[in-house]
Amino acid sequence: MTAHTPPPPTMGCRNAPLLKERGQHEVFCGLTGIIWLHRKMQDAFFLVVGSRTCAHLLQSAAGVMIFAEPRFGTAILEESDLAGLADAQEELEREVDRLLARRSDIRQLFLVGSCPSEVIKLDLSRAAERLSAKYAPRVRVLNYSGSGIETTFTEGEDACLAAMVPALPASDERQLMMVGALPDVAEDQALDLLAQMGLTNVSVLPARNADTEVSVGPNTSFALTQAFLGGTHAALERRGARHIPAPFPFGEEGTTAWLRAVAQDFGIDQARVDAVTDAPRARARKAVAKAAETLSGKSLFFFPDSQMEIPLARFLTRECGMEALEVGAPYIHKALVAPDLDLLAEGPVISEGQDVELQLDRCRAAQPDLTVCGLGLANPLEAEGLCTKWAIELVFTPVHFYEQAGDLASLFARPLRRHDLLKLEAAE
Amino acid sequence: MKLSVWTYEGPPHVGALRVATAMKGLHYVLHAPQGDTYADLLFTMIERRNHRPPVTYTTFQARDLGSDTANLFKTACQAAYERFKPQAMIVGASCTAELIQDDPGGMAETMGMPIPIIALDLPSYQRKENFGADETLFQLVRRLAKPVEKTAQITANLIGPTALGFRHRDDITEVTALLTHMGIKVNVCAPYGATPEDLTRLGAAHFNVLMYPETGEAACRWMERELGQPFTKTVPIGVGATRDFVAEVARITGLEATLEKARLRLPWYSASVDSTYLTGKRVFIFGDGTHVAAAARIARDEMGFEVVGLGCYNREMARPIRALAKEYGVEALISDDHLDVEAAIAEAAPELILGTQMERHTGKRLGIPCAVISSPVHVQDFPARYSPQMGIEGANVIFDTWVHPLVMGLEEHLLTMFREDFEFHDDAGASHHGGAHVARETATAPANGPEDISDDLKTGEVIWLDAAERELKKIPFFVRGKAKRNTETFASERGLEEISIDTLYEAKAHYAR
Repeated sequence: MTAHTPPPPTMGCRNAPLLKERGQHEVFCGLTGIIWLHRKMQDAFFLVVGSRTCAHLLQSAAGVMIFAEPRFGTAILEESDLAGLADAQEELEREVDRLLARRSDIRQLFLVGSCPSEVIKLDLSRAAERLSAKYAPRVRVLNYSGSGIETTFTEGEDACLAAMVPALPASDERQLMMVGALPDVAEDQALDLLAQMGLTNVSVLPARNADTEVSVGPNTSFALTQAFLGGTHAALERRGARHIPAPFPFGEEGTTAWLRAVAQDFGIDQARVDAVTDAPRARARKAVAKAAETLSGKSLFFFPDSQMEIPLARFLTRECGMEALEVGAPYIHKALVAPDLDLLAEGPVISEGQDVELQLDRCRAAQPDLTVCGLGLANPLEAEGLCTKWAIELVFTPVHFYEQAGDLASLFARPLRRHDLLKLEAAE
Repeated sequence: MKLSVWTYEGPPHVGALRVATAMKGLHYVLHAPQGDTYADLLFTMIERRNHRPPVTYTTFQARDLGSDTANLFKTACQAAYERFKPQAMIVGASCTAELIQDDPGGMAETMGMPIPIIALDLPSYQRKENFGADETLFQLVRRLAKPVEKTAQITANLIGPTALGFRHRDDITEVTALLTHMGIKVNVCAPYGATPEDLTRLGAAHFNVLMYPETGEAACRWMERELGQPFTKTVPIGVGATRDFVAEVARITGLEATLEKARLRLPWYSASVDSTYLTGKRVFIFGDGTHVAAAARIARDEMGFEVVGLGCYNREMARPIRALAKEYGVEALISDDHLDVEAAIAEAAPELILGTQMERHTGKRLGIPCAVISSPVHVQDFPARYSPQMGIEGANVIFDTWVHPLVMGLEEHLLTMFREDFEFHDDAGASHHGGAHVARETATAPANGPEDISDDLKTGEVIWLDAAERELKKIPFFVRGKAKRNTETFASERGLEEISIDTLYEAKAHYAR
């Protein structure tokens, strides 16, 4: 099959200088990860140990989902919990007892640390151990921190998965582990493509329920589907598993490169991969081409949010013909995003961290055609005349692999099309 | 610790944010960890504000913990002042920063800024959002308001409306109109739309209109004491309350009580025959204390409903709401646990719920119509159209809002009821396709009625005789539950062990109204 995407740039961004900033961060904390993780792990409950602010954040981020008998909640710290640490463990145990008595369907319980619980140094790992012993084998209790002082937005998922890795059973089997919580539809498509390539011994972390066997060992190769899994990457390597470096599976090019990297690791020949992927590749290209009509030639500015910014910038510049002005990420794991940086043509400012006022100044000066940012910035920037795409949608919507490539491109095309459609000045 | 999924109120610093965002020329420096900026989106998304809230967060991270966070706070303060050049700043800590004890107020005072710096002490682990708003406004007023000469014309301040307040934007317009008709001008409306400089002119007004006790009472009490300004105790939501409000303002000012009633439609709409079916509709009312108290009066006196339960989530209003409940002959529910509220609603089995966003969902789950009367609310309750709760137009808006779900409810019931009708069932096809119409065979045995309710019947302590059971099934299902319960209560009060058709109709006669 002939290449439809531009050839790799002679100079990618792998060694481009990073603009590192420190100042006010306009980002979510890691607790937000719970909102999509609990949909994925159907028998897990996420119990945040935190303040009213934490509960309020989850409620604000979860929107209407909060009413569908959710499998998350907050144990709100009260005055008495702060007065002395001694009975915090007992208090927590009492709340967990009540919770598990009411919800017998829960098989995994995550005690999620927050800023307040980290600052008062509440030992959640000890609580998790004690509760695990108490409720074994019916319920497994794990802990991780989703606090804002330690994690940014999607890093909450990373911390959660990394906490699961040490508890996975060991295995010497030659197998592939696909890592990252994806919407079921995208996950099924990926597993189907891998099966067609002859790869059937594939597990997914996180699995949809606690009974699904996921094991790890020196013969495990793992491929990440999300760019923000640095901690999980390290934890899996500690268990002897080997990482398959690849661009992330966004768009036709990203998905193909990802599948080829996996195939190569398992000694599957290129012809077989091509035979499996030719038809979906053609479909993906066709779907992307429609949205690219709107996107081509438009400039793009990313505020930091999810760490998906670099792979997405790669997709939007190479497959949709956009021009990246600044690509901001809350954190850049060089080892994970290097293949994407290689494909991203030199030019944009690559920034890590944030000083939101300074970044807003740069954005206003650059006057990008499309700005990708959080909900706190989107409407204010629209009011200033900039066209925005709110970033949080990208973690909830199925955007990975071939069949979603067109949807992914149109998520960015839609605000631009709307901008052209609305003739509000005339109406006044 | 207390397990919580839904909270009616955010933490107190969100209340402070509501005051800061409502104002202009004020900046809030909030000592808070990375992630607390989530609160911005409440204003930019739910209220659809076109600017960022005037807040600088220090967004400290784990690596900053220790002496660095204090430095971070000072830097953030300095940067915020230089960038935004506000007339005044408020400084404070969020729940996490409260634990690391950096003392934002003390630090800011040592910085020698050329503007007033107001320190907020908001105990995050004891108090909540409404307290935060009330306390913030109080501290601002205490610091900035000075005794000044009264205006020549009679003027009033509007106190209490904030950002993210339920219909605050339009209530201001409506109350301003009420005052204008009496010849009273608004001096300052605060915090909504006011600058710190405006707050220094508060004392020029002759009196204060306390629009929302939850967010303005502390400031009004202070101004009454220190500036000699009386404040209104009636919140003008509903026709009667609006009349009382006008009378109260007349008493305070010595002006004539005039009310422009040309656009007031609630009384006639409520009196018209179409509203007869509203009589005695059982309503359950929950929300913040102010809106609940107003809604109860409208429900009983202006709509002809029966109030079967009422309560509030803000404990600051517990006392007046308890007193009010007594007057209505019901038990007050003071709770911020939505599961308690849901249980109370299920127990009272009302025909209409007036509540918050949360009760809307409870209503959906229980199949009971609901109208929203109070915060917390979602984006659809910050409408583009003019929709106050207060004053003349507010009464009109309330009539429509409350009746709407009931009318819709009735429509839905009728449609569902006729779905089993021999002429209107689902398989019958559209009426204009004459040839396709197939009437359904009528039910053969009466025992196989449209819906098997024998399980329901077994749960009662008394036994339903077959004939009575069949008779019960003939009653439309949406009143069947009530009929069943009434009959069983009637039977058990009289020591009857069996319910016959006669018992059913005796009970019906007993409960007739």
